[in-house]
Amino acid sequence: MDPIPYRRETPGTQPPALWPDYRSTVLRSPRKPLIALPHTLSEVTGPIFGHDRLQPNDADLTAQHKDRPIGDRMIVAGRVIDENRRPVAGTLVEIWQANSAGRYFHARDSRDAPLDPNFTGGGRTITDDAGHYRFITIKPGYYPWQNHENAWRPAHIHFSVFGPSFVTRLICQMYFDGDPMLPFDPIYMSVPSEAGRKQLCAAFDYELTVPGFGLGYRFDIVLRGRDATPFEADDHAH
Amino acid sequence: MPIESGWATVGPFFHAVLPWKDGGVMAGPETKGEPITIVGRVLDAEENPINDALIELWQANAGGKYNHPDDTQSGDIDPSFQGFGRVAADAEGSFTVKTIKPGPVRGLGNSWQAPHIQISIFARGVLKRLVTRLYFEGGPGNEHDPVLALIEDEERRETLMAKPDPKESGRWHFTLRLGGPSETVFFDV
Repeated sequence: MDPIPYRRETPGTQPPALWPDYRSTVLRSPRKPLIALPHTLSEVTGPIFGHDRLQPNDADLTAQHKDRPIGDRMIVAGRVIDENRRPVAGTLVEIWQANSAGRYFHARDSRDAPLDPNFTGGGRTITDDAGHYRFITIKPGYYPWQNHENAWRPAHIHFSVFGPSFVTRLICQMYFDGDPMLPFDPIYMSVPSEAGRKQLCAAFDYELTVPGFGLGYRFDIVLRGRDATPFEADDHAH
Repeated sequence: MPIESGWATVGPFFHAVLPWKDGGVMAGPETKGEPITIVGRVLDAEENPINDALIELWQANAGGKYNHPDDTQSGDIDPSFQGFGRVAADAEGSFTVKTIKPGPVRGLGNSWQAPHIQISIFARGVLKRLVTRLYFEGGPGNEHDPVLALIEDEERRETLMAKPDPKESGRWHFTLRLGGPSETVFFDV
């Protein structure tokens, strides 16, 4: 029996390969049409990671060194769900970000801003049965880049999520609601719809805020979902 | 219905988190199958090496079985083989992966897919990952593979063929071109 496929990508929801406003795409974007691949066993399967992949403090980026990092401590939490609103349980979520001065712990980031010896900026966790994840970190700073005159990236955190199959893989960036840099950022603006861009913006969340400790931001992530499920087939019959 | 979150580039600064120390060693001495080494390169449209790419690989074991609950084929999972690899390209745009040759995998209907490895490419300047497949030049079943058959221009099928090293058996060379006249075939999954 053929495997149940995933939904195809919804047109108008994803950035194009060639987006000249983001200069680096010009030499790194295929120009020939992609070939639509039906979903075989090779596409509906994918790596599943256990808690053995996690180190202590992987989900608390403020506790990975001797002292606390400099910056606004915050909680970033949310749910990983699919397009059918089902929780994506037990999936690996990885994040990386700049420090509060807008500098990455990276050999190629030679920007004139201080490194923080107490902040590497990498985190990892696995979603619970309801798809929830939670990180403790500090708010990343702005940083300039070479893309265009006076270019600054909005504050952002990179997210990498696997989901249950090869098809569900996602790498995105989390932004902050109302960040004034957003309309000037070609990476953010490459997501075609306003609804899609809004979905990438974490919102301040009072429920996630821990008294005396740090502000909470909610960021939910949506992965591709299965095309047709027995449950939905029933639904349509009514 | 909620929409899939919008993709973004990995950017140039992912190295502290994404490439695992053991990411390029997919198989060990106890793994069943023919050990192989894949030596890859990632090039841009002007054949410049891409030194900040990340490559992910996903493949079936030597018996053609994926280590995943949705693989309902008969056959056994090899406990010493997950089938996932992840490596960063070096300054020359090169990467090396040690794995085993996958077996053939059932395709749709009654078809069979020739031994292949699923490849994802992430990089600065790549907003959404690029997906392709690695096949083995001269491999059994390539001529009947239903996915290769989707590529109408037969010359372009060559871009998915890893080539055996002329001197060292078990070593395969594979070049990924993100653009230019010999652009690799990429898939919409």
